[in-house]
Amino acid sequence: MTDSTDDIIVTRSLWFRFADGLRRFFDGDVFYSFRHSPVIMVAFAVTVLYFLLAFLAPWVAPHNTYDVMTLNLMDGFKPPVWEAGGDPRFLLGTDDQGRDVLSTIMFGARVSLTVGFLSVLLAMVLGIVLGMVAGYVGGKTDAIIMRIADVQLSFPAILIVLLIDGFTRSVLPRGVHEQLALVVLVLSIAFANWVQFARTVRGSCLVEKNKEYVQAARVIGLHPALIMLRHVLPNVMGPILVIATLGLASAVLTEATLSFLGVGVPPTEPSLGTLINVGSDYLFSGSWWITIFPGAALAVLVLAVNLLGDWLRDALNPKLR
Amino acid sequence: MADAALKQPAATGTEPVLKAHDLARYFDVSPPFLNRVIEGAPRQILKAVDGVSFEIQKGRTFSLVGESGCGKSTVARLVVGLYTPTRGALQFEGQNIAGLTRKQMVPIRRKMQMIFQDPYASLNPRWRVVDIIAEPLRFFDLTSGEAATQKRVGELLSFVGLSPKDGLKYPHEFSGGQRQRISIARALATRPRFLICDEPTSALDVSVQAQILNLMKELQRELGLTYLFISHNLAVVYHMSDDVGVMYLGKLVEVAPARTLFVKPRHPYTKLLLDTIPDLDMKGEERAPVAGEVPNPINPPSGCTFHPRCPFANDRCRAEIPQPIAMPDGAKVACHGVEEGRIPA
Repeated sequence: MTDSTDDIIVTRSLWFRFADGLRRFFDGDVFYSFRHSPVIMVAFAVTVLYFLLAFLAPWVAPHNTYDVMTLNLMDGFKPPVWEAGGDPRFLLGTDDQGRDVLSTIMFGARVSLTVGFLSVLLAMVLGIVLGMVAGYVGGKTDAIIMRIADVQLSFPAILIVLLIDGFTRSVLPRGVHEQLALVVLVLSIAFANWVQFARTVRGSCLVEKNKEYVQAARVIGLHPALIMLRHVLPNVMGPILVIATLGLASAVLTEATLSFLGVGVPPTEPSLGTLINVGSDYLFSGSWWITIFPGAALAVLVLAVNLLGDWLRDALNPKLR
Repeated sequence: MADAALKQPAATGTEPVLKAHDLARYFDVSPPFLNRVIEGAPRQILKAVDGVSFEIQKGRTFSLVGESGCGKSTVARLVVGLYTPTRGALQFEGQNIAGLTRKQMVPIRRKMQMIFQDPYASLNPRWRVVDIIAEPLRFFDLTSGEAATQKRVGELLSFVGLSPKDGLKYPHEFSGGQRQRISIARALATRPRFLICDEPTSALDVSVQAQILNLMKELQRELGLTYLFISHNLAVVYHMSDDVGVMYLGKLVEVAPARTLFVKPRHPYTKLLLDTIPDLDMKGEERAPVAGEVPNPINPPSGCTFHPRCPFANDRCRAEIPQPIAMPDGAKVACHGVEEGRIPA
């Protein structure tokens, strides 16, 4: 028996965990399945491109559409460059205010992705905490949380968001609401979507908590919160990741819908939905590019993220391997 | 593989490590509230354990046997504090442990650990073996510093016959027997005096079962451990135990030293259980078939719960619940027939 105490590897050091996690990921099934499906690699590349373009928009966009000084109403309604009358400065044409459509799409995607990402993150945290508590504690706590979830699930998400938005609109003074519009939007989309997370987490938690490794941790006397965090959570992370990815797509869509209806982000910070809304007024007057390009951008983004989510669901499902 | 640091004073066998008196645990298995209101369905209580009393002496092995669903595992979970008892008293080293809060239980849990049935479920699949074994060490802060923890885990691994290098692997890289060794190493990490083993070998191959059982016996000798051993395998129980309790529908029907119980079973249920062990010199003779099945514990039979299956049952058995009676050779039997002497030996 080799009692080599000299070359003890401290498995708890952060660096070891990080490097080890990376190594295991690249050796793992998920990465293998990623490498072997071109569609997913394209979808992933598209998603990454969107995030990069959106967050680097102030530096990479050809025009700063927020800077009113650079706008010239005379540039309004310019078609894309390949159409007759196109201006080489505006690749995808301009809208009614003379703003470059390509740049507005980049800035719009920035707003859309921020709102989508933050609201999914919030919904995830809320759903995980409530789902874990419901699943682990059980009994009345479980019943109360899950009945609230059931009731909420019987309303369409968009209705809940409209409700919260309308409520804050009437409570907050107008100027304050404008400033807080993004926060309200993130909060209300999160509140509309936590149920899915909570249900999944609760279900997985019910399965995991009866497994003997959780019981073994209880026998040591570990605090229930620690058991959930260290033992249960890592084992339910798979399905959560899938829902989060699919949730990002639907959150972006919800935000776009709201902005299209005019109750989402303020017009000073246009998102993709706002752009589509603005453009739809001019659709029949021939200026189709103002609404078609933001619409296509939104569709491609949602498609890519959905493809990723679907793939992740299959890749993480042991039954389909 | 002796580990001097793990050793404790030799067993004396006089003071009880664990004392259970009239221990009971009921489960509410009623249909949900809405169904009860709408369908008028009654509340249903499952008496998993219903008044069990026993003592375990230091350094000895007390086994609980019985068919599936008789409440053996529930007793184990009550003892270790995973369930709180509905009724009754539990004393560990003279201290009451029934109904303590989690915080109050912490110092006791160090001295009392559990080995689980399914080695495929009792190790967290996402943790390395080192971290699994080190978890109790870290929780109780038993080692000073990370290097000391890792060293101790290495010692524990070699103590149960694995290599310290195995610590870097994940549970799925091991066989069932090796996993059970890891479970044992983890259970031993806090240097407990009392181990609860809930069918530790029932998920293993026969050849591996023997290895694990021998390892457990060896550990008992070296460390002076006391075992509460749960099993439905009578051969295993005979090999492991000093004392045996036979459970039927949540009650102890017979408690006796292992030798006495196997040579001279008194309760008709014990006889029936022993009759089911296959032996090599059967010579083709007819065996008494096991009559009937375990009744539903939600609605147990009146009187002695064994009476529907008992060939010696009479009207008294159907009406009156038998109480355990001490026999001159140290056995305790709960049976009217034994008391009246109408059961043939």
